Amino acid sequence: MEVIRSQKRTFSNDIVSSPTIPLYLTAPPMEVRLEEFELFAIDRLRVLKGVSDGLARGKNPKEMDDLVDSLWKEHMRHSDVSEMFNKDIISHFVLRLVYCRSDELKKWFLSMETALFRHRFRLQNLEIQRAIVGEFGLPYKAVTGAELESLKERLGQVVRSLGQISPTIESVYYKVPFEEVPDLVAGRRVFIQKGYAFVAGSQLVSLVVTQFRSHISKALILTNRKWTTTIREREKDRLTPIVEGLSTSYLGPDYSQSSEYADISLKDIDQVSKSSFPLCMRHLFEKLREDHHLKHGGRMQLGLFLKGVGLKLDDALAFWRAEFTKKVGSERFDKEYAYSIRHNYGKEGKRTDYTPYACQKIISSAPGVGDHHGCPYRHFSEDNLRAALGRMGLSSRGMEDVMDKVRNKHYQLACTLTFEAIYGTSCDAGINHPNQYFEESQKILKSNAPTAPV
Amino acid sequence: MSCVRKMTREETENRADDMMIDVPKPKIENPDEFNVHYLRIYYGNLFPYTDIHKWLSYGHDGKHPGCDEFYFGRREFSFTLENDVYLRYKSFKNASAMGDAIKGNFPYKIDIGAVYSVDPDKRHAYAQSGTNVFTPVERELVFDIDITDYDDVRYCCSGADVCSKCWPLMTVAIKVIDTSLREDFGFKHILWVFSGRRGVHCWVCDAKARRLTNEQRSAVAEYFRVYKGNENNARKVALMGYSLHPFLARSYVDFLKDFFEGELQATQSIFSSKEKYEKILEMISDEDIQSELRDKWENSARSSLSEEATSRTRWEQLKNTLHSKKQKAPTLRMCVEEIVFTFTYPRIDLEVSKQMNHLLKAPFCVHPKTGRVCVPIDPNNCDEFDLLAVPTLSQLIEEINSGGSKMDVDEDDSERSLLGKSIKFFRSSFLEPLLKSCKEEIESSYKTKIGKSKDSFSW
Ligand code: SF4
Ligand SMILES: [Zn+2]
Repeated sequence: MEVIRSQKRTFSNDIVSSPTIPLYLTAPPMEVRLEEFELFAIDRLRVLKGVSDGLARGKNPKEMDDLVDSLWKEHMRHSDVSEMFNKDIISHFVLRLVYCRSDELKKWFLSMETALFRHRFRLQNLEIQRAIVGEFGLPYKAVTGAELESLKERLGQVVRSLGQISPTIESVYYKVPFEEVPDLVAGRRVFIQKGYAFVAGSQLVSLVVTQFRSHISKALILTNRKWTTTIREREKDRLTPIVEGLSTSYLGPDYSQSSEYADISLKDIDQVSKSSFPLCMRHLFEKLREDHHLKHGGRMQLGLFLKGVGLKLDDALAFWRAEFTKKVGSERFDKEYAYSIRHNYGKEGKRTDYTPYACQKIISSAPGVGDHHGCPYRHFSEDNLRAALGRMGLSSRGMEDVMDKVRNKHYQLACTLTFEAIYGTSCDAGINHPNQYFEESQKILKSNAPTAPV
Repeated sequence: MSCVRKMTREETENRADDMMIDVPKPKIENPDEFNVHYLRIYYGNLFPYTDIHKWLSYGHDGKHPGCDEFYFGRREFSFTLENDVYLRYKSFKNASAMGDAIKGNFPYKIDIGAVYSVDPDKRHAYAQSGTNVFTPVERELVFDIDITDYDDVRYCCSGADVCSKCWPLMTVAIKVIDTSLREDFGFKHILWVFSGRRGVHCWVCDAKARRLTNEQRSAVAEYFRVYKGNENNARKVALMGYSLHPFLARSYVDFLKDFFEGELQATQSIFSSKEKYEKILEMISDEDIQSELRDKWENSARSSLSEEATSRTRWEQLKNTLHSKKQKAPTLRMCVEEIVFTFTYPRIDLEVSKQMNHLLKAPFCVHPKTGRVCVPIDPNNCDEFDLLAVPTLSQLIEEINSGGSKMDVDEDDSERSLLGKSIKFFRSSFLEPLLKSCKEEIESSYKTKIGKSKDSFSW
């Protein structure tokens, strides 16, 4: 795969001629435009993040099929089949580069790509599935004729043991070393004889997925070697920054411009902080009111958030001044703090407009002693979190669901569940950004407002 | 000596890599059977070092150019000494180094661990150089079955006690697992060993078994699992579906049913009293049937039949009643089988099987509490295994003193000595066929290797 700057792209024909699921066995001999390098990768990342979210929510295999189907259609589909196929391949290989760089990244990518493959495979018809099996070069012979006849009774027993009344067996079985289908062995979902498992056609997915996973796992190790020995250095001015940025990229809107739902003024701020702020911001807000002070991390996290919800610079200055002067006096405020607030609004220094932090950034921050920033789902003790959620009005039932996600380290999902519990609606997109939380909540509250006069 | 120190129980549990089967607390119950002095003599004269070394070398004896002469040296051993001193990650170059260490430490217990990527003894040196990761690469597939896990289905003993009435539970476990390992999984080199007191260990030594990943080991272990319930659920075995899986069906027809209706009824009379049969009635998830049977049995309480006969009659009644109501509910469909499985199906400590780095006691150790040697059990004749006939340390010492027979098992009369029979069995039924297949494998993989390197020269 060659990354080029030109607009033109050339394909080798044998690649585009097989419009099924690619196995990503070798990097294709094609040229990729630099813009596509990143854009395709981001689209695939959206799919993988969606898969990750679905798994974390505990969706069953059927629901995952549907989810993968719709994610794929949304982000990867192209009217031209060969274009889609190329995008599929390019994006996979780019992300392989992105996610080969640490064990943690590798692990995530491996599970998500495997899950994606599993469900895409399941969505294919039998013919295509067989073709894929063929493509893997799986050395398994179909069991037929006399051999199949001699096993019929026991294969039928397996079928019945799995809950089917009639002992009708499938038409195709593959004879596979048992150690290659550990999940089928563990569940006694196959007949095993002399070291071979007899895998029904419909169970092929298990086999193929095992192969796929081990292939990707090995490939990631190789890619990592290539990355550290040559690519990183050679591409340090071109691809390396893109690659390094991608694994931490936040994929939603950046909320640097306030939208129709984000327009608050000073007089509403207290009320709105209670009704629409996510827990992280609510906590900072309350601490500021209480202590009349916030350390740097907290000022940045809350300050940029407020900018995103539409607090104008003048209002922002007035807001912070009102609190800080109670503690440090107005002179010191003007000298030490006003600058950074103006800075956040792009009025000082490099004059770049700073964008509000996304959840990912907040969650991965490391608040120290005296700091109040960070994500409460991640950084609070269990007791403190329970108390805070209680104050937000969560029922004990909702609380347990949230705590369950927290225990499994799904902080954004915990936040999403909190949102859903409080506003009584579902939030399928999930919470990815505090400003998104705010806007979604305002949307709901404002649409309810007319029918419920205050 | 590498690391000799005393480990507290807490320390042992806290260190993830220090997994032990049980935390050793050797206390001598019967000093007439077991003491340090006897143990020294045993290790000095009787312990089969060469056989153990040959086994764990798996054909890598240095005689063939395809051998890995460092194979044995990468195997972990661990010793539990008198007073709980516990030495882990010991490894030995060869049989004599192993012999010296055992004779020098006279461990109360010797455990065998995995074969690692580097010598366990030198793992720290490698860790510093950072080139080789210390990780397990091969390990026999092992199983551990303990009679203490059967306390709710045996009425003769409890806890660590075991007698000839409950031992057959172990025998039937051996039959079920051994048959499946051979017939289903295709393994051939399987060693069963008496654990010295209250159970059996199984070592599956085929090359393929030794190379299974943890995930694959778990899969095999799960294949054998039928117990889903717990202390709070009387229905410990839940068999779903419309038929038994072929493995379970074979186990049921070939071993479990007959054992349940025959030997188990004869030794445990599992329906003879209210206390006993109530446990079984609870497994029937239909209250009408429960009370119908209960009424019948309470009224027949004072019959003149023997306990065993009563128990058998009640079992027939239960079967008939269930049979006549078979269509009633799906949970009753396999109720008879569930009861049989609950009482007789092997209760394996599955965690031991799932991890490569789990330790398991070596064969031919002597159990410090019973003084009995951990001798191999012949799975084909396991009915004949008599746990009271297993030689004890004191018997062996007496034999040496009286006959002066220093156990040289190569001699022809070895068969007649107490331990000789076990060692002979170990060699002829396990070790020889194993080494033969190992040699074949080394030879064939050497040939392909040579073949390949020849190819690459032929330009
Ligand atoms: S998940 Fe995001 S919005 Fe929710 S509390 Fe954490 S950082 Fe704030
Ligand atoms: Zn007993």
